[in-house]
Amino acid sequence: MNSTLILLAIVLIIVGFVWYLYNSIIVARMRVSEALSQIDVQLKRRTDLIPNLVETVKGYAKHERELFEKVTEARASLVSAKGPAEKAKANNQLSQTLKSIFAVAEAYPDLKASQNFMELQEEVSDTENKIAYARQFYNSIVLNYNAKLQVFPNVFFAKLLNFKSAEFFGATEEEKKPVRVSF
Amino acid sequence: MNVYSAISANKNKTWLIMVLFVLIITTVVYVFSKALGYGLGFAGIALILAGITSIGSYYYSDKIILATSHAKPIQKSDNPELFRTVENLCIGDGLPMPKIYVINDPSPNAFATGRDPQHAIVCVTTGILPLLDKSELEGVIAHELSHIKNFDIRLMGIVAVLVGFIAILANLFMTQLWWGGLGGDREDRNNNLQIIFLIIGIILAILSPIVATLIQLAVSRKRELLADASGVLLTRYPEALASALEKISKEPHSLKSASNATTHLFIVNPFKGKSTKQLFSSLFDTHPPIAERIKILRSM
Repeated sequence: MNSTLILLAIVLIIVGFVWYLYNSIIVARMRVSEALSQIDVQLKRRTDLIPNLVETVKGYAKHERELFEKVTEARASLVSAKGPAEKAKANNQLSQTLKSIFAVAEAYPDLKASQNFMELQEEVSDTENKIAYARQFYNSIVLNYNAKLQVFPNVFFAKLLNFKSAEFFGATEEEKKPVRVSF
Repeated sequence: MNVYSAISANKNKTWLIMVLFVLIITTVVYVFSKALGYGLGFAGIALILAGITSIGSYYYSDKIILATSHAKPIQKSDNPELFRTVENLCIGDGLPMPKIYVINDPSPNAFATGRDPQHAIVCVTTGILPLLDKSELEGVIAHELSHIKNFDIRLMGIVAVLVGFIAILANLFMTQLWWGGLGGDREDRNNNLQIIFLIIGIILAILSPIVATLIQLAVSRKRELLADASGVLLTRYPEALASALEKISKEPHSLKSASNATTHLFIVNPFKGKSTKQLFSSLFDTHPPIAERIKILRSM
């Protein structure tokens, strides 16, 4: 009689613990996807800026066709990218090609002086900063989530309930710096 | 102390201060009405009024603070750079975008107020904008956003209004006492009234430093250090905040619209140099010494 009571108590404690754990992991996972959507908002803002930027630069520098193709390609691959790692990679690529656009602009004084171009430059660099901060936030949330899954004793239950670690939104050292726009 | 325990400690302390305020006011009035034979009615009225003030300050402390500081709201088009800085840091901290106010004063300073991150305000003086470069401004804003995230703003706002309220009462009675004391030649003055003012004045004069000590306990220097540290966690650049603090502290102007009740809100003590006002704030320092804060930041 006594031992069945003890057994019942142990089962109740375990059930209660798993219940609590499951809910807290779900909340943490929702935070991860919410933080990721914050990055998506900024990435979208960035991809929306690019056609405008390309058009503006085209008006002054028609001969840089190859460069425009590259940028458009990089933009397309970012738009179609799925998952944090792939998006991070496409985003890096886009940053590189944007850098070359701004480098090319150096050779066209009229372009550099145009109000529209200066505003676009400002917007692009602001978006870069916003992406960087959104990524920092996302990675800190992911760190929290992954830690929750991997600490003892959660690790057993997380495996049992088939929770998977979230991916970090990676960044190369080079890419961590905002785009420097020199005049 | 981590962020989550800081948040719940702040929420609890807010309630404590609100209840303490009602208790103190009601007790003082009760003692007087007893002593003067007015009956319990006065204490009841005081209880109700203090309760309204306390609850009102929970919802309106930010508006009162902004009004007494002569702060004006600005739009994104007024200062896109400042807005972008705040937007970016909010993204990094996962906070909703606060409203932005500006105080037209050459003395560089900044504070945050509101009751939670959804009702938050970041306020800067016009003096701070040309003084700091972009990364320094980021450091200052990140410090203010940490106050918002930790719910420091709720506690500090309540404290500012309730302490300000007591300070105004004490001031009022002390002035009465002063002029009453000097005006001995006015024979027609009601003697009884003078004694009442005298006692109330003395009691409140004793009370306000005690309350000021309470602020000091609630709004401890650690809070500024915690905000410095968690601000840096966001910007990942301690040197920017250190040099911002250095620049702000070197600026000799005091902020005109700041008062003893709102000192603890600001990133740097708004009273600079030695003055009669300074006496109060140096006895009950709401901020750790700038040199110490800079030293900690530089060692990060």
